[in-house]
Amino acid sequence: MMPIEPRFLSENPYFYGLGLPELDSIKRLFSEERSDRGEIILLEGEPTDRLFFVAMGVVKLFRVSAEGKEQTLELVRPGGAINEVPVFDGGPNPASAQAMGPALLYIISKTDLESILRDYPRVALNVVKVLASQIRHLVSLVEDLSFRHVIGRVAKILLEHAGDGTRPGQRLTQQEMAAIAGTAREVVGRSLKTLEERGIIKLEHHRIVVTDKEALKQITNAQY
Amino acid sequence: MVEAPLIDRTKCDGCGLCVNVCACNVLILVDQIVTVIEVERCDWCADCEAVCTTGAIICPFEIIIQD
Repeated sequence: MMPIEPRFLSENPYFYGLGLPELDSIKRLFSEERSDRGEIILLEGEPTDRLFFVAMGVVKLFRVSAEGKEQTLELVRPGGAINEVPVFDGGPNPASAQAMGPALLYIISKTDLESILRDYPRVALNVVKVLASQIRHLVSLVEDLSFRHVIGRVAKILLEHAGDGTRPGQRLTQQEMAAIAGTAREVVGRSLKTLEERGIIKLEHHRIVVTDKEALKQITNAQY
Repeated sequence: MVEAPLIDRTKCDGCGLCVNVCACNVLILVDQIVTVIEVERCDWCADCEAVCTTGAIICPFEIIIQD
C-alpha cells in the first residue's frame, strides 16, 4: 500500500476531529490510483467494494438515459468521495465516474472502511453529515430536473438577452443563466445542448446563435 | 481577435483545477494565478468555469439572433 499525503486525511470531512495517532493508523489502509483525462473510473450499474476519494483533479459523476442523454450529477473535487452510496448500501453504482483531467485517487476497501466506522464512532457521525449534505444537493437537482419547465426558462433568457443587430447581445455565463432561471448550471448546459440538437440554436465557441427565433418563442410559451 | 475565458485575478486561489480539466491545454498557472495561453486552441467547453469554486474564470456567451 502506498502512503498517502497526511494532510489529505486531516482535511477530509470524513475524518474531522480525529487526532494524529488515529489518522496515522487509518492512512495505512489507503492505496492510490491515477486516472488519465477522460478515463472512466466507475460504471453505472456495476458493483463496487472500494471507496474512492479524489486527491487531485476533478471527477465527473453522471448518468446516461435510455435515449443516450448524459446528465452530470456532480463534479467531485479534491477531498470528495465519488461512490459512498454503493459502498455503504451494497448496491450497484448509481452513477458513472469519469476523470475530467489527470486525477489521483485514494482508495480504501469496504472492509477496512467498516472497521474504521466501528473503531471510530466520530467517523460514522462525519459520514452521516456528508451523506445528508449530498441528499440535500440531490433533492435540489431533482427539483431542477422537472426539465421541461427549465428549458422554457432557458429559452426565455436567450430571447431576452439576445442582440438584435442594432445592439450587441448581453454576455452571460452558464452560471448566470442558471441563477436567472433558478436552476443548476448542469441543467442549463443540458438545455442548451437540447436546443442545439433541435436545430433552434447553434453553439459557436463564445456565442449562442439563435437560428429559429419562432421555435424558441414557442418553447417559451409552451405550457407543460 | 480570438475570445478567451475571462479571469479575475483577485478571485483566483491558484488551486489549478481549471488547468487540470482543460483538454485544450489553454491554461497554466503563473505565480499561482491562472493564465490563458494558446487562446486559439480554446473550444469554449467551459469546463474551467464549471470546476472553479471561486468564480475566477468564466466563459460568457454572447447571445445573438441570426437573421
